[in-house]
Amino acid sequence: MAIDPSVIGKELPPAELLVERGRLRLFCRAIGETDPVYLDVATARRAGHPDLPVPPTFFTAVGHERPDPFDWLAELGVGLAEVLHGEQEFTYHAMAYAGDRLVMRSRISDAYSKKGGALDFIVRDSTVVRLDGRAIADLRDTIVVRNPEPAR
Amino acid sequence: MSLDVRVGAELPELSPPPISRATLALFAGGSGDHNPVHIDLDAARAAGMADVFAHGMLSMAYLGRLLAGWAGQQRIRSMRVRFAAITPVHAALRCTGQVVAIDDQAGERRARIELRVSLPDGTTTILGDATVAID
Repeated sequence: MAIDPSVIGKELPPAELLVERGRLRLFCRAIGETDPVYLDVATARRAGHPDLPVPPTFFTAVGHERPDPFDWLAELGVGLAEVLHGEQEFTYHAMAYAGDRLVMRSRISDAYSKKGGALDFIVRDSTVVRLDGRAIADLRDTIVVRNPEPAR
Repeated sequence: MSLDVRVGAELPELSPPPISRATLALFAGGSGDHNPVHIDLDAARAAGMADVFAHGMLSMAYLGRLLAGWAGQQRIRSMRVRFAAITPVHAALRCTGQVVAIDDQAGERRARIELRVSLPDGTTTILGDATVAID
């Protein structure tokens, strides 16, 4: 199925995450991060941080903080089993810390097909800001849809 | 603090322990990405895969560790990657970085780092780059 280019520009529902220390420690455990700056508040403060820092790739977690974070794909007729993560980009404006309430806003910025329709690409541009408006990071991700039956 | 960097310098390599199914379960919880193809064998097979496979963002998180461990996270200005191949469960990844350029951007010296994650058989799973402030 080819993605309808009219989806370009579509805004997705915003997501919000209150960053908790326990959540950051779970993330760090999963990625094997052992630097105490990311795990121990006193060490983080001695290093000049107000609290545990949010690691550089954690921000995608904000976008997953909705009851069904993949519902927008379903709305496009895309099944989760057909998608692969193609590309991911982060541009950083400021550090974020445990205790911050982060908001992600996303829009579909591009959609195109390759290989005669066997693969569709959906590009999303997202901003992550702190609740007080401080810009934290910009994200761009490309999702690849593997179509089981390419258009003939 | 000033980083000693020059074009061609390699970052200290990061080689995390092989990715277990437990790693993927923990990462699903930590990252909020509960896509079942990463944690549920039945779902992975239904999607046509032989087994579950690792979240691309797990490998990118290792690259985040590589950069932050080298320069400090506050210095990372951007990171971008292309996921070139699937990372199978049990894979032992090698995460490497090399300084490929140094220039002035937005009023500071920045190094451009080429990033790569690879499997033991040499398959590149991620290619990417990052910009890091160096003074």
